[in-house]
Amino acid sequence: MSVSSLLRTYNAKAVPRDAVPRLSLEAFRGVVIGAPERGARIAALFGIGAAGDVDLFAVLAVDDEGCLELCSTRLEDDSYPAMTPECPEAHLFERELAEQWGIQPMGHPWLKPVRFAPPRRVGADPFGWSKTPPMIGVTDFYRVEGEEIHEVAVGPVHAGVIEPGHFRFQCYGEQVLHLEISLGYQHRGVERALIGGPNARSIHYAETLAGDTTVGHATAYCQILEALSGCAVSARAQAIRGVALELERLANHTGDIGALAGDVGYLPTASYCGRLRGDFLNLTAELCGSRFGRSLVRPGGVAFDIDADRAGRMRQKLTFAVQDVADAAALLWRTASVQARFEDTGQVTGEVAEQLGMVGPAARASGVSRDVRRDHPAGIFRFKQIPVPVLLSGDVFARAQIRNLEIERSAVFIKEQLASLPSGETLSRVPPLAPMRVCVSLVEGWRGELCHVALTDESGRFQSYKVVDPSFHNWTGLAIALRDQQISDFPLCNKSFNLSYCGHDL
Amino acid sequence: MLKMLLTRIRQGHRTSSYPAVPPVLPDRFRGPPVIDSTKCADGCKACAEACPTQAIRFDQLGPEVDLGRCLFCADCENVCPTGAITHSKEYRLAARARDDLLFRSEMKTRAAPLDAAMRRLFGRSLKLRQVSAGGCNGCEADVNVLSTIVFDLGRFGIQFVASPRHADGLLITGPVTENMKLALQKTYDAVPAPKLVIAVGACAISGGPYVGHPEICGGANSVVPVDLYIPGCPPHPFTILDGLLRLLGKLDQRSQS
Repeated sequence: MSVSSLLRTYNAKAVPRDAVPRLSLEAFRGVVIGAPERGARIAALFGIGAAGDVDLFAVLAVDDEGCLELCSTRLEDDSYPAMTPECPEAHLFERELAEQWGIQPMGHPWLKPVRFAPPRRVGADPFGWSKTPPMIGVTDFYRVEGEEIHEVAVGPVHAGVIEPGHFRFQCYGEQVLHLEISLGYQHRGVERALIGGPNARSIHYAETLAGDTTVGHATAYCQILEALSGCAVSARAQAIRGVALELERLANHTGDIGALAGDVGYLPTASYCGRLRGDFLNLTAELCGSRFGRSLVRPGGVAFDIDADRAGRMRQKLTFAVQDVADAAALLWRTASVQARFEDTGQVTGEVAEQLGMVGPAARASGVSRDVRRDHPAGIFRFKQIPVPVLLSGDVFARAQIRNLEIERSAVFIKEQLASLPSGETLSRVPPLAPMRVCVSLVEGWRGELCHVALTDESGRFQSYKVVDPSFHNWTGLAIALRDQQISDFPLCNKSFNLSYCGHDL
Repeated sequence: MLKMLLTRIRQGHRTSSYPAVPPVLPDRFRGPPVIDSTKCADGCKACAEACPTQAIRFDQLGPEVDLGRCLFCADCENVCPTGAITHSKEYRLAARARDDLLFRSEMKTRAAPLDAAMRRLFGRSLKLRQVSAGGCNGCEADVNVLSTIVFDLGRFGIQFVASPRHADGLLITGPVTENMKLALQKTYDAVPAPKLVIAVGACAISGGPYVGHPEICGGANSVVPVDLYIPGCPPHPFTILDGLLRLLGKLDQRSQS
């Protein structure tokens, strides 16, 4: 199957559903498995229920060309030959397909539930749950056998104020041979509930897909609605969305640098960054009343404007906060005992990061240059570029330093935007959604690529709504990073990824 | 070392003067909705229809708000044709009983302190185990900041601990997913009695944006008894702190007015 037969489209663009080629299963597999070879990667791979049948739908991102390739296939049977053995980045997507639709990817090396959620197709019973209902976490785990091997199980309730998840370590003394991560505890049915929308709750679902990425996910959702309805968003609203998105990045990156310092017992930076993270959240509250950007991004634009006074105040506060972050972070880079803990810890090579389809700062720290803002720009990023930092060492140091560099660059962007906001209205009317369309919306959230894919039915409602949080790509990266590390370095490695449980569990 | 000390001087002292001085909240801060039903147009239920979580309902007495479901999103205010709904700047919102979060025009009640015996036990040292049971990690984030230098929770004798066996109570966030129900129940059982339960955020009180989903249990009190409800989506850190301090009787009763 030649690649030219795929539908090529772009970020936040609606296309007719019947323009998406329906390939034979063999051709579909060939296209997905061959993606890495031609510089493409899986942005989303999911099933769509269609009158008892299931269609597989793939969204492949070709970053160098700034385009997206779409294709689908109708499954004739309840099984198909798995793609994961030849294309590792399909691993979790295929497990999700099995869980949601009862399809068996034959030959999948590690076919287990993803979220311990009931299937969406009537009669599907992929894991024998019709006889014994699923019990979360009760499943086979990868085990290393041997006289001096021991197993450490942690969670779902952790020792800090963090989300629930289960971690199973296979250890030889202090050394971790393998870590398996089992999630699903945060599964609240939010992706399922988006189907049939849009309705009064949809935007609130988008805002709470991952609460620390409210602006990112809300923007991804709104881009879908605007593309499907043909609504033009003003340049002013786009700029304000950009400001909020980058403030979200500043707050989270700053919090992460502080938490990394805390995890190696370096308390000055931990204390300062804890406070400074709040300063950035308060800047978002200055903009919209909510520290997390709730109620700001709305279909058609933004619900709050920034007048010259407010822009001036925000710029001033931002300048001070960014100076203080640079000051607090500089202590880390100057302290040898901190660097000794950061360097060479939790390494992920660029090759592995590519194989796993990693995204965001974790990928960029391993030399994989991917950033939606540059590769698939939408909104304000079509007009204004933010330089993308890339480091090669793939260790905790690199993941910390990438955040530091991104803080500097995002701060420059925000200040420029606040100084020169375009004129115009902030909110446009959103017409009804076009029927039988498909739209892919990508946003570079602070953790990496947020991917939303919506397909409308004949009445312009969501027949399918797929959300891929960056954490879905990156959790396996954390597991790999832990190999041959000391188990005591787990908190440090974990924080250097700081992945979302709720964004994964949906 | 010298550079660290210089940085320490530059960063300065940043702990807020609360509760001696009331917190300064942003001008666009949204407190709970306030409904002036005298302004309601006949038969208009636009607010109830726009509310994503059915936090507003109408009966023969007019509109009633359930702050336990409210997302503080202003969707109601934005659709009201007569300007009958505004959002106040009130941040002191915690309640001891679920029904105290229901009101007709304005939220007026404030959480009462624990009785004297419980205050003697916990008033000077309260150790909490936090359980995140579904939700979006927003509440967790704003609970976490209470331990930063700005709020410095430790100065009030309140601390988050790693084990339920070391804890005096649970602070629960999230709607309690089916997948977290057992873990929450086990964590609760592991806390020695007498114990407190604090539900933080719309999810933990009512299910929040996920109310009605089969994947959730519908809030903390569907699994364990709750002693304090702190509404919000997520609540402002000062709302959470205010609730905790009121429970322990640590706020000047005069500031309750």
